[in-house]
Amino acid sequence: MISAPAGGGATGVRWTVIDGWTLTRRALAHWARRPGEMVAGLLFPVMVVVMMGYLFGGQMDVPGGGDYREFIMPGMFAMTMVFGIEATFAAVAGDAAKGVTDRFRSMPMAPSAVVVGRAAADLLYSVAGLAVMVVCGLAMGWRWHDGVPAALAAFGLLLLLRFALVWPGIYLALLAKGPESLVAVQILVWPVVFLSSALVAPGTMPGWLGAVAEWNPMSATVTACRDLFGDPTVTGTSWAAGHGLLMALAWPLAITAVFLPLSVRRYRDRGR
Amino acid sequence: MTAVAAEGLRKRYGDTEALAGLDLEVPAGSVHGLLGPNGAGKTTAVRVLTTLTRPDGGTATVAGHDVVRDPVRVRARIGLVGQHAAVDEVLSGRQNLVMFGRLYHLGMRAAKKRADELLERFRLTEAADRTAGEYSGGMRRRLDLAAGLILAPPVLFLDEPTTGLDPRGRTEVWEAVRDLVDGGTTVLLTTQYLEEADRLADGISVIDRGRVIAEGSPERLKARIGGDRVDVVVADPEAVAGAAAVVRRVTGAEPDVDEEALRVGAPVSDRAASLTETVRALDAAGVPVADIALRRPTLDEVFLHLTESEEVPA
Ligand SMILES: Nc1ncnc2c1ncn2[C@@H]1O[C@H](COP(=O)(O)OP(=O)(O)OP(=O)(O)O)[C@@H](O)[C@H]1O
Ligand SMILES: [Mg+2]
Repeated sequence: MISAPAGGGATGVRWTVIDGWTLTRRALAHWARRPGEMVAGLLFPVMVVVMMGYLFGGQMDVPGGGDYREFIMPGMFAMTMVFGIEATFAAVAGDAAKGVTDRFRSMPMAPSAVVVGRAAADLLYSVAGLAVMVVCGLAMGWRWHDGVPAALAAFGLLLLLRFALVWPGIYLALLAKGPESLVAVQILVWPVVFLSSALVAPGTMPGWLGAVAEWNPMSATVTACRDLFGDPTVTGTSWAAGHGLLMALAWPLAITAVFLPLSVRRYRDRGR
Repeated sequence: MTAVAAEGLRKRYGDTEALAGLDLEVPAGSVHGLLGPNGAGKTTAVRVLTTLTRPDGGTATVAGHDVVRDPVRVRARIGLVGQHAAVDEVLSGRQNLVMFGRLYHLGMRAAKKRADELLERFRLTEAADRTAGEYSGGMRRRLDLAAGLILAPPVLFLDEPTTGLDPRGRTEVWEAVRDLVDGGTTVLLTTQYLEEADRLADGISVIDRGRVIAEGSPERLKARIGGDRVDVVVADPEAVAGAAAVVRRVTGAEPDVDEEALRVGAPVSDRAASLTETVRALDAAGVPVADIALRRPTLDEVFLHLTESEEVPA
């Protein structure tokens, strides 16, 4: 008989941070063990932006003039953030299906650590994804024109959007029947990207679609980023389009306020 | 001292009553087996006792703490090995154990040391740095078990711990369980293998449709369907019915017939006399006999007997 060490049961902020960090490191270890998967995930948006920029770019007019590649780059950054919800969903649904979530729930760890660890890991990955896209953008001729502080603020807004999407990602994954539902999330993500100002001016869409696109949370972030980068932009007709920066803060905060408590509760009450 | 006590546990899923007033009492330091057919409610009972599922009614305490009111204290005192191996399939076996050790709030050095000990004990040292997803089913199961044993918790729950293991893997799990019990751990295990309950358990609760239908030591349960049994194996399939008729007449009991094994068996009260009489009657009836023997009932028979008789009045 080997004598086992004694552990400690604990809740509270301190353990949320420590246990959350253990789980973030778990995600880092995943990337180290599966570098191919990670690299493919980072390069997918690069492929999309190259396609958009060079294949379709010639045909597209930027309203009010300007370079189409410079126009779409902030949209592509935001798209990379929005795609991130798929990674969140896949990771959480996979753990739930494998019983890993239930093992965590049966352990004396801080319950909130599971979602905190997930959020931190996803943000780290998104920082890497954003960095790759920025390099790709610079190579394609995109620039920020209004100085580094404004550019940093724009990157902050992009990561804020990504942070907000962690929570619906977790919530939907815990609600879903299994990891197979990822396909449904992937299918839903595309209209969010296309029905926004990321790739085209909402003004060129049929009236009501244009309004939907202008109110799309992703458009808010894209518009605010274009302003902060000093990139070519579109002027919309709706109130949302006129208050890009405000909406780029309000939307993510609203999404977080709704889905963070929902996802934490869903995690705690699983199987009740 | 009682390690696990449950009273009138209820849990309903839609129209299914998974637990219909389950009572359970497991003395500290013992191994208790939860036996039941598929869908009996074994996993649901384990989930309630390990704080994963909130019961609709009834109360339960584990290691002295109420599972509903004080789940955090309960979690610090239990280990759970679920019905399906719950390990991270991307990480290596060692990374899994270190991670779970950290989440049990061991320091990094203690977590690593414990991981090495457990890898060694479950013959996983060689595979320690391989991806757990590439392990065989048995290896993954052993890793899962090791993760449940990190703290050598006072109360350990094992939901079908040896399902899918080869005989050697099964023996290892049994040894690990006995080791733990020697060290004072209380074990509640569910199993489909009656042999497993027979070998390991001090007490058994047979459950069916969310309720305990029989309880006691393996010996007592066996005694419940009579002491000895006579078993007749006939030489050809045609003779099974004839043998059954003879056995019915001699023993006065409805015989269990296994058509495939060509075997007819029934409980008897008087060992020697029944055997002699059965042999004589079979001979007189001209039934071709391949083998005939007296033996103790197996737990399988007790189990079938109990769960079948339960189904009749429904
Ligand atoms: N989450 C759930 N949702 C709906 N029904 C459930 C759920 N969990 C269990 N049940 C139902 O409750 C009953 C008891 O299930 P449980 O898993 O506890 O049985 P079991 O004894 O563990 O069976 P097995 O030997 O197959 O593992 C079954 O009828 C099952 O279908
Ligand atoms: Mg089960």
